[in-house]
Amino acid sequence: MANNLIVTSSPHIQDSATTRKLMGHVIIALLPTVAASAIIFGWEALLLTGVTVAACVGFEALYCLLMKKKNPVGDLSAVVTGILLAFNMPVTMVHELYIPIIGAFIAVVLVKQLFGGLGMNFANPAIVARIVLAISFTDSMTRWVFPQNGVDVLASATPLAANPPADGQTLMTLLMGNYGGVIGETCAITLLLGGVYLIATKTINAVLPIAYLGTVAVFSILAGQNALVQLLSGGLLLGAFFMATDYVTSPFTFTGKLAFGIGLGLLTCLIRFYANMPEGVSYSILIMNLLVPYLNVLTRQKPLGARKEKKHKENTGEGGAKA
Amino acid sequence: MKNVFKRAALGGAVPHRKHTAKMETVKMPAPAKVALPMIQHIGAPAVPVVKKGDHVYVGTLVGEAAGFVSASVHSSVSGEVTEIADVMLPSGVLAPCVVVASDGLQERDPAIQPPTVTDHESFVAAVRKSGLVGLGGAGFPTAVKLSPKNLDAMDTLIINGAECEPYITADDREFLEHPEDVLAGIAAVKKYLGIKKVIIAIERNKPEAIDLMFSLTKGESGITVKPLISKYPQGAEKILIESCTGREVPQGGLPADVGVLVMNVASVSFVSKYLKTGMPLVTKRLTVDGDLVKEPKNVEVCIGTSYREVFDFCGGLTEEPAKIIMGGPMMGTAVMDMDFPVLKQNNALLAFGPKAAHLPEPGPCIRCARCIVSCPMGLSPVEIAGAFTKGDVDGLGKLKTDLCIECGTCTYVCPAKRPVTQTMRLAKQMQKQGGKK
Repeated sequence: MANNLIVTSSPHIQDSATTRKLMGHVIIALLPTVAASAIIFGWEALLLTGVTVAACVGFEALYCLLMKKKNPVGDLSAVVTGILLAFNMPVTMVHELYIPIIGAFIAVVLVKQLFGGLGMNFANPAIVARIVLAISFTDSMTRWVFPQNGVDVLASATPLAANPPADGQTLMTLLMGNYGGVIGETCAITLLLGGVYLIATKTINAVLPIAYLGTVAVFSILAGQNALVQLLSGGLLLGAFFMATDYVTSPFTFTGKLAFGIGLGLLTCLIRFYANMPEGVSYSILIMNLLVPYLNVLTRQKPLGARKEKKHKENTGEGGAKA
Repeated sequence: MKNVFKRAALGGAVPHRKHTAKMETVKMPAPAKVALPMIQHIGAPAVPVVKKGDHVYVGTLVGEAAGFVSASVHSSVSGEVTEIADVMLPSGVLAPCVVVASDGLQERDPAIQPPTVTDHESFVAAVRKSGLVGLGGAGFPTAVKLSPKNLDAMDTLIINGAECEPYITADDREFLEHPEDVLAGIAAVKKYLGIKKVIIAIERNKPEAIDLMFSLTKGESGITVKPLISKYPQGAEKILIESCTGREVPQGGLPADVGVLVMNVASVSFVSKYLKTGMPLVTKRLTVDGDLVKEPKNVEVCIGTSYREVFDFCGGLTEEPAKIIMGGPMMGTAVMDMDFPVLKQNNALLAFGPKAAHLPEPGPCIRCARCIVSCPMGLSPVEIAGAFTKGDVDGLGKLKTDLCIECGTCTYVCPAKRPVTQTMRLAKQMQKQGGKK
C-alpha cells in the first residue's frame, strides 16, 4: 500500500519567526529615519539610500551567482546593510555615486561574503565600509551639509565637532535632526522610535543599547560633558540600536550583551573626549566586534546541573539521561 | 529560590493547543486484532512466553521482562495468538511482536487477583508484575524507578502533571476523572518508599485540575499542589525538579541523586488501580488531535490497537495524512506507518496535513542566540553545533552537550529554521563516542 507519511526528527512545529521577518522588522524600524532624511536633506537622500541598497543587493546576488551559491537576497540582510551604509554618508554623496558603490562592495563582498556570507562575518559590514570610506574619501564623507538651507556646498560642523551650548534649542535641534550631518544620524526622534520598535517586537534585546547609552551618559557626566547632547548627537543612536545589535557581531548571552554595551560606551567616550576625532561610534563597534568571540566564551551561561570543570582530565560524561 | 523562577521563565513560546481539555475520556471498543511489541519501554526487550495458537485472556502475560531494566507485556484482548513476528518500531528498532486476534469477549484472565503488598520489596515486585512504565512518554520501567539505590535519602515525590506538550490533555483528564486513584497511588508510593514530601506539579493552564487537587489534599500533611508557569518544557524531569525543589540534578546523574522521585500522574494513578484490581497495564488514554482528525478526543484504547483504527474511531481523517506523530509535536516521534500499534507510553496521536508536515528549508545561522536564550538547560546550541561541525569532541565536553534533554525548543525558536535539536542529538552521540566511529 502506498505510504506517503513524512518522517522527520522532532520537534514537528516551529514558531513563525524567520530570518526574513527579523530583517523586515529592522527595515521597518529604519523607515521613519529614511523618511526623516528625505525631509531634512531632500529627495537626494532617498536616491542615495536607493543606490546603496541596490548596490548591496546587486553585489550579493552577483557574487553568489559567480560562486554558484544559492541566491540569498531573499533574507533581506543586504537591504539592511544598504540602508545602514547610506545612513552613514552625507547627502552630497549623490554627486559621487561611485563612492557608495565602492562602500557596498566592501560591505557585502569583502566583509560579508568572502567570510562565508550571512552569519559568518567577523564585523558589521556597514561599519567596516563606513570606516574604509571615511579613511579613503575623508573629504566626501565629512561634507556635513544642510541643503534645505540653500547652502549646498558649504560644510557645517556637526554638533559634536562644534561643541555647542546645551540649551533647549540645541536639544530640540538634535531631536528633530534638522542640522548638518550624515543622512541617517541626525534625527534622534525617528531613531529612538525605530529602537523602541525593535525592542517591542523582540527583534533585539534591550540590554545592549541600554548598557551602551547608559555607559555613555555616566561617562559624559563624569567627564563634565552634557550627557543629553552626547546621547543625541553623532552616530550614537544609530549605532546603539541598529549597528551594535547586529546578531552576527554581538555576543550571545545577557551578560555578554551587557559587557559589550559597556565596552562600547567606554570606547566611544574615550574616542570622543580624548582622541583626535570628534566621533568614535563606528571604531568602538568595530573594536568590540573583534572581541565578541572572547566575550562569548567568557560569558557563557551555566547549564542546569553542570559539573564544574576540574583541572584533571575527566570523562566527558555518560550521555544525557532522558527527561 | 530565584533560580526556580529563572528556569521556568525560559523556553520558547510554544503554543498550548489544548483543544481536548474539556473532553471526557471515551472508551474505544476492543479491536479485532492487537499487536503487542516486546519493547514498549526503555531497556531490554521482553521475551515472548506464548506461542502461536495459545489462548490468552485480557491481562494474560505474553512477554516477560528480561532482566532488571525491562518490563512485562500483557494481552489487552482475549483471543488467540496468531503470530509472533519481528516488527520495526517507530524508533527504528526491530522487536518481536505478539499478535492476538480478539474473540470479542474481552474475558478477564481468571488468574488475576489483587497483589498482596506489605513492604517496599513486595510493592516493587507488584509494580514489576503490572508491566508499568513511565506513562508520560519516556517509558522507563517504573519498578526500576521505585527501587533507587539510595532509598533512605529519597525525601520528595513529585507527581508530574505539567503536561507541557502542545495538544496533549490525557494527564489533565486523569486528574479530573480519577483523582481518588491519583491520591491513593501517591499514598502507596509514600508509604512503601518512606517518602515524606509530595509535590503535585501542574501547569497553570489546567486550572480545574489544580483546583480539584487543592480541594482534595486540603488538610493533608505532606502533600502540596504546585501550580507551575505554563511554559514548555516545564514537565521535563530536570526542569520540573528545579521548578519544584530548586535542586539541580547533577550532570550524568539521576533525580534520585538529589533525593527526588518523579512520577507521571497517569503512572501513579495506575499503581493504585493495580493494587486494587491486579489488572496489568493493558489500556492507555490517548489524546487524538491534529489538523486532520475529524473529532479530536481523549480515548482509552487497548494497547496494541493500530493507529488507523484509533483515528477511525475518532471520525477518521479529513484528508490523507502527511505526518502522524506519536506523542506531542515537540518531542514525539513521526511514524512511518498508520498500522503501528499504540504502545504503553503513548499519550497522544496526532495527524497533520502536508502544510504542517513540511518544515521550511533551513537557512544560514544568523547567530541571533535565540536557541541559547531559550534553552531550558542553559546550553549553547549554536556553539555546540559549531563544535560538532568541526568534530571537536573536547569542545562538546566543555559545552556540556550531554546535558541536552532534546526538548526541541532550539529548533522551535530558530528563525533560520535550522534543525538545531537534530544537530544536538548528533553532537551528543559524537561526544559519547569520543569522536570514534
